[in-house]
Amino acid sequence: MASLVGSRVERKEDKRFLTGKGRYTADINLANQTYAIFVRSPHARASIKKLNIDKALKSSGVVSILTGKEIADDKIGGLIAGWAIRSEDGTEMKCPGNPPLAKDNVNFVGDPVAVVIAESLAEAKEAAEKVEVDYKVLKAVTSTADAMNGDTIHEGIDKNLCFDWLLGDRQKVKEAFDKADKVISIDIINNRLIPNAMEPRACVADYNAASEEITLYTTSQNPHLSRLIMSAFGNVAPEHKLRVVAPDVGGGFGSKINVYNEDIVCSWAAKKINRAIKWVAERSESFLTDIHGRDHVTHAELAVTKDGKFLGFKNETIANLGAYARVFGTVTPTYLFGPCATGVYEIPAAYTNVKAVYTNTAPVDAYRGAGRPEATYTIERLVEKASMELGIDKTELRIKNFPTAFPFKQTLVHTVDSGDYVAGMEKAKQMADYKGFEARRKESEAKGKLRGIGVTSYFEACGIAPSAAVMSLGCGVGLWESAEVRFNPTGQVTVYTGSHSHGQSHQTTFAQIAADELGVPIENIDIVHGDTDKGTFGMGTYGSRSLAVGGIAIVNACKKIVEKGKRVTAKMLEANPEDVEFKDGEFIVSKSNKKKTIGEVAFACYLPGVRDEMKSPLPEGDEPGLKETSFYDPSNFSFPAGTHIAEVEIDPETGHVKLEKYTACDDFGRIINPMVVEGQVHGGLAQGIGQALYENAEYDETGQLMTGSYMDYTMPRADNFPEFNIGYTCTHATTNPLGVKGCGEAGAIAAPPTVMNAVIDALGGQEVTMPATAEKVWKACKNLKKSNAKAA
Amino acid sequence: MKDFNYHSAKDSKEASKLASSSSAFLAGGMTTIPSMKLGLATYKDLIDIKNIKKLSGIKVSGKSVTIGAATKHVEVSNSKDVKKAIPSLSSLAEGIGDPQVRNRGTIGGSIANNDPSADYPSACIALNATIHTNERKIEAAKFFKGMFETALKKGELIEAIEFQIPEKSSYQKHPNPASRYAIVGVYVAKHKGDVNVAVTGAKSCVYNDKDMSKALTGNFSSSSIDGMDLDSSEMNSDMHASADFRASLVVTQAKKAVDAC
Repeated sequence: MASLVGSRVERKEDKRFLTGKGRYTADINLANQTYAIFVRSPHARASIKKLNIDKALKSSGVVSILTGKEIADDKIGGLIAGWAIRSEDGTEMKCPGNPPLAKDNVNFVGDPVAVVIAESLAEAKEAAEKVEVDYKVLKAVTSTADAMNGDTIHEGIDKNLCFDWLLGDRQKVKEAFDKADKVISIDIINNRLIPNAMEPRACVADYNAASEEITLYTTSQNPHLSRLIMSAFGNVAPEHKLRVVAPDVGGGFGSKINVYNEDIVCSWAAKKINRAIKWVAERSESFLTDIHGRDHVTHAELAVTKDGKFLGFKNETIANLGAYARVFGTVTPTYLFGPCATGVYEIPAAYTNVKAVYTNTAPVDAYRGAGRPEATYTIERLVEKASMELGIDKTELRIKNFPTAFPFKQTLVHTVDSGDYVAGMEKAKQMADYKGFEARRKESEAKGKLRGIGVTSYFEACGIAPSAAVMSLGCGVGLWESAEVRFNPTGQVTVYTGSHSHGQSHQTTFAQIAADELGVPIENIDIVHGDTDKGTFGMGTYGSRSLAVGGIAIVNACKKIVEKGKRVTAKMLEANPEDVEFKDGEFIVSKSNKKKTIGEVAFACYLPGVRDEMKSPLPEGDEPGLKETSFYDPSNFSFPAGTHIAEVEIDPETGHVKLEKYTACDDFGRIINPMVVEGQVHGGLAQGIGQALYENAEYDETGQLMTGSYMDYTMPRADNFPEFNIGYTCTHATTNPLGVKGCGEAGAIAAPPTVMNAVIDALGGQEVTMPATAEKVWKACKNLKKSNAKAA
Repeated sequence: MKDFNYHSAKDSKEASKLASSSSAFLAGGMTTIPSMKLGLATYKDLIDIKNIKKLSGIKVSGKSVTIGAATKHVEVSNSKDVKKAIPSLSSLAEGIGDPQVRNRGTIGGSIANNDPSADYPSACIALNATIHTNERKIEAAKFFKGMFETALKKGELIEAIEFQIPEKSSYQKHPNPASRYAIVGVYVAKHKGDVNVAVTGAKSCVYNDKDMSKALTGNFSSSSIDGMDLDSSEMNSDMHASADFRASLVVTQAKKAVDAC
């Protein structure tokens, strides 16, 4: 039987998605359901003087109106930060309370203060307009860079500072800088992004008074984790009385990791009113209240010798957390950022210092890449600048500082098990025709255009993560993953995974893995996920962990099935278990060549006895049935890496940047399904290029979101991109049995510096902030013209 | 969205009769419907004019192209007659919004709305259009009054737009990257005797740039407007483009249009 791992198996999920048969949360309608509308703060910062619901209660169709008072009275807990980060001085981070409905203060535009529940959506909306809230508007803090100088947002949190964190050794770095021939320094902004999943958030909460169970259908990347948080911290219901279902979910990108206010409020309220409640976000609510991503202000320095050896690295960053610290809010700018900030280079001394600040903006949390795009942008912009200032070719300078051997022990945290960065660079150069660039630049010049080329070599730490390691760094949970493989008596297989697919194609790729492990046709394998009532507890999908952690749990559970199958076969065929081999779905006794198929063995496991021709006594000590579970805890992160090269052409008259070529050469370890990986790379690149050239979440001084719709927030479209030139090198991960690394975030990590390095190259080294909009580039072109004229 | 009464008019007369101070005509609904959904506009009555046969279709005579008000953008962009007579008008229509918008939105709706960043008003100015309503004929130069303001009276319905066929013409747009509306769009049309340079997106209302028109009437070459320093004091300034950038883009797009003629 040919191996399915590595082949372009068509996606099993496509039929239902492409024929409109997907079942998303908004598609779920329950008998006698009500509709919720949230009353949200129109102000970025205010105290609530008075909240009057009398008029609204009289509005037609209103079932109930609940406010921050009721939720506090019922002792429903608030939203939480999942990682405890300690400051350099040893103090614990400072987190404000974040009640699901604000009672006294609101801290960003969109912060909910009440929920209106009515018989119809229209009635809920109409009543919501009649809720009267008397706010005392306070001066908002919106700027990342100046947040520490602003008014105190949360009582007791001085300078709006959550923590002041250090990773690395300042003294060693100082010594390295003292020895340097040259110091390259850079000031950069990592622009704030809005994830914009295609499916807006939604939830449907139901209460069963007979079983006293709450069922919450919600748009989540991790239903088990959501249940845990809602139960342990939200006090909504004990875990065994709370079922969380995340059905088909239309994209997450990190924005659906969090338990949100609406999840808690609707679950709590459904029990209170003893009816189902449905809430579906409007797009404008998504813009305002989904977690946002990035938003760093960074000063970084690189100490180098004159021949281009890197000696030391400093990174001083202010990271905006938004109004509250959420699940991955505090780890994203620390342990997901700092350790990766030295990039793919041997830099003997390094530190990263992060000051995480609160502002009156939407909470900032993990968004595709989470911390690693910010890290890669920092080091790769710095290295590109070093190449310009040292006059050393940008690819040569990088190669000069690549590690020469693996495992590669980095200065800060990680030990990278495998990789070949030189091979990746050489292949990318060839794919991009790096040598031919100068000729293309001249062609552009002849047309009056400016052409630039940009390079990024990146690595990332994903497959998160070893529980012992992350818990020692402050994580509130272990980051293992579970799988349960059930062989049904008649030979089909159901695989339950704790991972969640919201676009990642698990139904196909996980089935490929199980099919290979068990020798069962892929058609006979179903992957089940997304329901806390089905399968074991799992940690969910983020940080490119589904395959490298969840996939391995499936492999391990399958291996346990095979081990039991060998014992059962041996008993059935009167052989020694050690003499039984398993291949392509058959158990073969090596000495006699007698065999049983895995289907026959599975059947036997459910019929443990002897009757007529049926002889299937189970070995002593084995129980009937064929079902195995694995909880897999990885021994290390996984480390995808690669080199990307972009070429842009700029029209100096309009400032328009045209991305002419984009080459991505990635090492993802073993690839399960090349077609799915291409999709992941394309999507990641679209978001990464989007950050570089188009996307930007902008607040005004009063904390109003200026880019609150697609009229102003530029989502990239297909015609913004060239045909992507994608290739791979492959070194297998040595820390997991499949040799896989993860591919979901690479594009979003590598693309922003790649594109910006190309833009800045075209502009003769002039810094431009992301996104490189036409006006910014036009101004830079005018400056370039002036300085060229002066030089001439 | 608040409840409203929906009427489908069979002819202009009925549509006009149904109109009141709390009604709106509904063609493609590209602006009306979202405004109502967002609560920015409320109407008691919506009078659908899409089913009025007389309002759809394209007619070409020797001197002009006449397009019915309820004609969709996609019909203008696909029309062989328009492509032959005024190719720039066809390509303008092809560049409006996205396929969904082009399959619903209408020329009459665009002009009646007079969004300062819409594409069609510049075509009307550049191509010396005449706006035919159920009551009268209005010259384009007198039709566009200000931001979202036109010469239309309450209950007055656009029936068709008659464009003068120029010798040469081109429309060049620098789109807002998010909405794809014009940050600046310049429609240059060379008629026998004079040149129009209609600009949209730059100010609160579409206008004919007199200085560039004069320069190009004298010498129809992009060199005659190269480096022109336009007054940016009345130009729009927002997070997508400052007034200075818009002023520069007007000249750049005008040059491109002349070169493309």
